[in-house]
Amino acid sequence: MTDQLDFRENPQEANAGILPVAEPDHPRATKSRTQDDLFSFVGAVAGALALDWLLYTKILPFSGTLGFLVLWYCLFLALFAGATAVGNPSQVVVDRVVGAAIRGAAALVFFALFTSIMFTFVRGFPALTHLNFFTKDMAGVRPTDALSRGGILHAVLGSVIEIGIAIAVTLPLGVGTAIYLNEVGGRFSKVVRTLVEAMTALPSIVAGLFIYTILIVMLGISRTGIAAAAAISVMMLPIIARSADVVLRVMPGGLREASLALGASKWQTVRQVVIPTVRSGLATALILGIARGVGETSPVLLTSGASTYTNVNPLQEPMNSLPLYVFSAVRSGEPEFIARGFGAASVLLALVLILFVITRFLARQKVGKR
Amino acid sequence: MTILIDLGQTPLPDPSGVDEDRPRAIDPALPRVDRIFYAGARAVGVLVLLIMGAIGVFLGVQSIPTFKRYGLSFFTQNQWLPERDILGISAVLLGTFTVAVVALAIAFPLALSVALYISEYAVPRIKGLLVSMIDLMAAIPSIVWGLWGFFLLQPRAINLAHWLNVNLGFLPFFHVDTDPNAPVWAQSRYAASAFIAGIAVSMMVLPMAAAVMRQVFSQAPLGEREAALALGSTKWGMIRTVVLPFGRGGIIGGTMLSMGRALGETIAVVLIISPSFDIKFRPLEVGTSTVSALIAGRFGEATSAQLSALLTAGFVLFIITLIVNTLAATIVSRSRSGAVTD
Repeated sequence: MTDQLDFRENPQEANAGILPVAEPDHPRATKSRTQDDLFSFVGAVAGALALDWLLYTKILPFSGTLGFLVLWYCLFLALFAGATAVGNPSQVVVDRVVGAAIRGAAALVFFALFTSIMFTFVRGFPALTHLNFFTKDMAGVRPTDALSRGGILHAVLGSVIEIGIAIAVTLPLGVGTAIYLNEVGGRFSKVVRTLVEAMTALPSIVAGLFIYTILIVMLGISRTGIAAAAAISVMMLPIIARSADVVLRVMPGGLREASLALGASKWQTVRQVVIPTVRSGLATALILGIARGVGETSPVLLTSGASTYTNVNPLQEPMNSLPLYVFSAVRSGEPEFIARGFGAASVLLALVLILFVITRFLARQKVGKR
Repeated sequence: MTILIDLGQTPLPDPSGVDEDRPRAIDPALPRVDRIFYAGARAVGVLVLLIMGAIGVFLGVQSIPTFKRYGLSFFTQNQWLPERDILGISAVLLGTFTVAVVALAIAFPLALSVALYISEYAVPRIKGLLVSMIDLMAAIPSIVWGLWGFFLLQPRAINLAHWLNVNLGFLPFFHVDTDPNAPVWAQSRYAASAFIAGIAVSMMVLPMAAAVMRQVFSQAPLGEREAALALGSTKWGMIRTVVLPFGRGGIIGGTMLSMGRALGETIAVVLIISPSFDIKFRPLEVGTSTVSALIAGRFGEATSAQLSALLTAGFVLFIITLIVNTLAATIVSRSRSGAVTD
């Protein structure tokens, strides 16, 4: 951009008045919204609203806001098609109706995303206003007790410990596998890649059941944080290995070859060229995997047991975690306890959102560097 | 080499005085650090292979006693009554597919629309934001979608289910076994159904499908797009003739990938459905069960034989998911668009 601006700032000097100064080029406006487009849209919206009101309140035996909106949208599509058909060929009618339908469906999806986040925070707000919600655990607190007693400290700590162990296990193994698949290779690596891709299909509940059977039933270890961490690891390892593999695979080969051609050893190439190049992409993939692991309920449901007290030792005693706490809270049926569950879900969601913002930040850094 | 020899035919001043060209001996020995690196990377690869393989083998081996004990009836029996030694997964398999089909029926058009909207209709300035919102949607924990489905969606969706039953109840899959026109309609007959669980699951699997589709659509060749527009095509005409055919592999593959996820989804389903083991395909009606919900509900009181049966059910689910995912991966990579997809 700067080059172009510099060039155009002083065309007179460059020409020295010999040639006529050309008008600077402007891109032609390709987005041509005609009055026909605008008026048929506005007319269809207004007409649909009026017709909807008439049908809904006077003629048809319907009720409810949701139905009103749905009918409004359907009527709008019909009227929009009709209004366009006056003086436009059928291709334009189809184009406009499909465009409106696609926009409507996309808006619906983003609306659903918005409602899920807002709903969780709004319902969780009563619990979040109590400071003790973050600093106390549920020891000696009955489900019917008011929100001013007890909290989710034990669940937060449990989640952090379990995901911490899982990260310590899966991150080196997952990234190591990806490096093995891409930098070492060989015939054997194809077997590993196939198996890793196959295991991403493992349902998380089956991962939990596997650990439950091996550790708790067969080896007789009681339900502990370490068992939950193992279940999360089994679930996360293929996901992390696969996403790291995808990131490494798209790295441009020229950089790698340039490094080798300069005489660097393979290890130097990996450490000083490959890893720094893919670092931000790798971090994004890993954090998304971690977000998946921290929010998954089914592995911990089978393996960790739900304690009501704070337990920071993953080797002994049950350990609660945020998703498990939310699950047991909303299944209890007690209004106060459900409110706690929504509070815990808000904390969990906030945690995921923070992780997500970090990934966006890292991804943006990548763009900036280029 | 040939060129060199050809050149050599011209008379050289003094052939005997010049050394013949010989390839330099390349030292094949790797530096020690590289040998350590290769050994370490291979070790990690083998370790991961062993862990993953052990899980697969373990699930397979655990299933043998169950298959021996119950034989084919494990797939045809619909009840799960361990106390009477009647076990079978036909009802839960049907329930699993019912939820997945409902989820896909909702997720597919929405994912396609979102992908087309982002790649074709959205203003370039907000594209990045929309893409990260879809990523965010994929990162939202399934328990949150479960809460959303149970507390926010269910009270509204039963009205829709009732309306569908009243007006379209003659279609077998919209039928609910109750009197739809009763003055006070039985709301509980429409709650806790596969339909509502399917909506919640659809929101969970939609971003995955949308992300794959969007990526493929954005790779549709610019030249062909411009050619279609230059021939006077409308925007939708261009999409229909260029973008959609080009992205067909991504559409099918992305949908199947999300189906793999939908089959294994647990928590949202457990929260919403009320367990029932009837063989029926009436998604709007109360009660269904899925393999993962069965495992989540029954693992606690299971004896070792029942645990093996649950593991077998999990193994069957894993195999189905594996087949679906492998097919999806093959379709994505085989399609024309897949060549550059990752």
